[in-house]
Amino acid sequence: MPKTIVEAKVIGQQILSKDVKLIEVFAPEIARTAKPGQFVNVQVSKQAAPLLRRPFGVAGVNYKSGTFTMIYRIMGEGTKILAELCSGDIISIIGPLGHGFDLTAKHPLLVGGGLGLAPLLYLAQSFLKKNVEVLMGGRTSSELFWQDLFNEETLAMHMTTDDGSLGTKGTVNALLPQLLETGKYDCVYVCGPVPMMKAVVKVVEKAGLPCQISLEKYMACGFGACLSCACGGVGKRLKVCTDGPVFWSTEVEEW
Amino acid sequence: MVRALYDNRLAINIGGLKMNTPVTTASGTFGFGLEFQDFLDLEKVGAVTVKGTTLEPRSGNKGQRAVETPAGMLNCVGLENPGSDYFLQETLPKLKKIAVPIIVNIAGNSPEEYGELAKKLDVDGVDAIEINISCPNVKQGGLAFGTCPDSAVEVVKAVKANTSKFVITKLSPNVTDIVEIALAVEKAGSDAVSLINTVLGMKIDIAKQQPVLGNVMGGLSGPAIRPLAVRMVYQVAQAVHIPIIGMGGIMCAADAIEFFLAGASAIAVGTGNFSDPRLAETISKGILEYMDAHGIQNIQEIIGKALPNR
Repeated sequence: MPKTIVEAKVIGQQILSKDVKLIEVFAPEIARTAKPGQFVNVQVSKQAAPLLRRPFGVAGVNYKSGTFTMIYRIMGEGTKILAELCSGDIISIIGPLGHGFDLTAKHPLLVGGGLGLAPLLYLAQSFLKKNVEVLMGGRTSSELFWQDLFNEETLAMHMTTDDGSLGTKGTVNALLPQLLETGKYDCVYVCGPVPMMKAVVKVVEKAGLPCQISLEKYMACGFGACLSCACGGVGKRLKVCTDGPVFWSTEVEEW
Repeated sequence: MVRALYDNRLAINIGGLKMNTPVTTASGTFGFGLEFQDFLDLEKVGAVTVKGTTLEPRSGNKGQRAVETPAGMLNCVGLENPGSDYFLQETLPKLKKIAVPIIVNIAGNSPEEYGELAKKLDVDGVDAIEINISCPNVKQGGLAFGTCPDSAVEVVKAVKANTSKFVITKLSPNVTDIVEIALAVEKAGSDAVSLINTVLGMKIDIAKQQPVLGNVMGGLSGPAIRPLAVRMVYQVAQAVHIPIIGMGGIMCAADAIEFFLAGASAIAVGTGNFSDPRLAETISKGILEYMDAHGIQNIQEIIGKALPNR
């Protein structure tokens, strides 16, 4: 699929929590072709600073309206500018980039934490009418505003919080082993902070299930030129931007 | 073979290296060129300078390799590349199908290694060699070849003795007197110089209280270094007689024109390729607009025009 650079029109933004927003943009070329797990690289400003684009996973698409959404946390200079955009503003977006998730699972379990839940939301959406379940972890209940988004797309939602304010107390791994014991899943998809993903991969591999991980590494270009996001694959070097960001857990060694 | 484009007003010939436009791409920011084919027509770029190639494959540095800084970025990729055999067997045949001069940037640990690599790359399809002299000289305590005239000369001589190609030496700005190095490599036989390479820099994460980059220090690039680059081109242009390829934070045609006025015969787009992968093509168009607005018939008319006594 050719990558394109589009001047996308902002449709609107939605506040999801005190520092997380959802932005919807009109970009039919990307909305029509982006697969779950793929990402886009957004130029938040035409000025010399911030200089580089910001990568965001596609959080959902609407083929009919030609729009897609991204979910981001307001963290630095780039996301602050993004958060100020209004409907009608134009931003340059390169996409779709990278390779998406494998979509052949019959009974998928999606495991995510933090902004890692954004690409999983689009993944859940594309498993339409299938038995998709999600396990989401956060520090406290207010971080799991994701329930409202996943509720319509999934058959069941499982929650964990570090402080026990919602769902099972602990990390996702406090609940994951017993979910896997039911034997109903045939593939686990995980996206979130690296320590969480590594811990999840361990449990899933031990249970003998295939596991797909979506990696995030600092990248300057997003299309394979800068090598900032290179990682160690089995027997070869891989680029998170073009070989990933989604990998089978057995494909990558050093990440 | 190069097809004539841009109605020849941008065409240049720097010491035998013919280009349709003086707008080239900087090594390490343009992959092998092929990564950009979805975005621009490679034949509309003056020359494609490919990623730094070493004799053997290199996996590069561990840890975080890039970080954005004010109007720039730091990188410590560490010359990750698939090695010269892979380049010759897999990449070069694909590049040969594109009618654009190919400049191969090379790096090594010793003058002998540079020489061996130059010999290996002395093949059809490679139009020029660009020597990265900013690599550490392993035998002499890791000091970069490019920081001292003697070691820079050794590398240039080793390359020149082993190739029939046009040789460009890429100068490091991390020196007290870049003119001294430029004069030395010119005397050693370099056919051209390109400048500047990245400026050594660093960033510290104040939450972790640790350096951000895995390699601690990295090369600063982007608009932040442009005034430094323009100044160095201006100084070198007054000293050497070989052509200069200017680079450092070029983001638009106006930036490129500064470099021509300072004495560069060609320029390279670097970090700007990451923000806008079409930039190398866009800049050529912008230069033509500037030429129209200023009644300039050929780009050569403005090369070095800002130099004293011109």
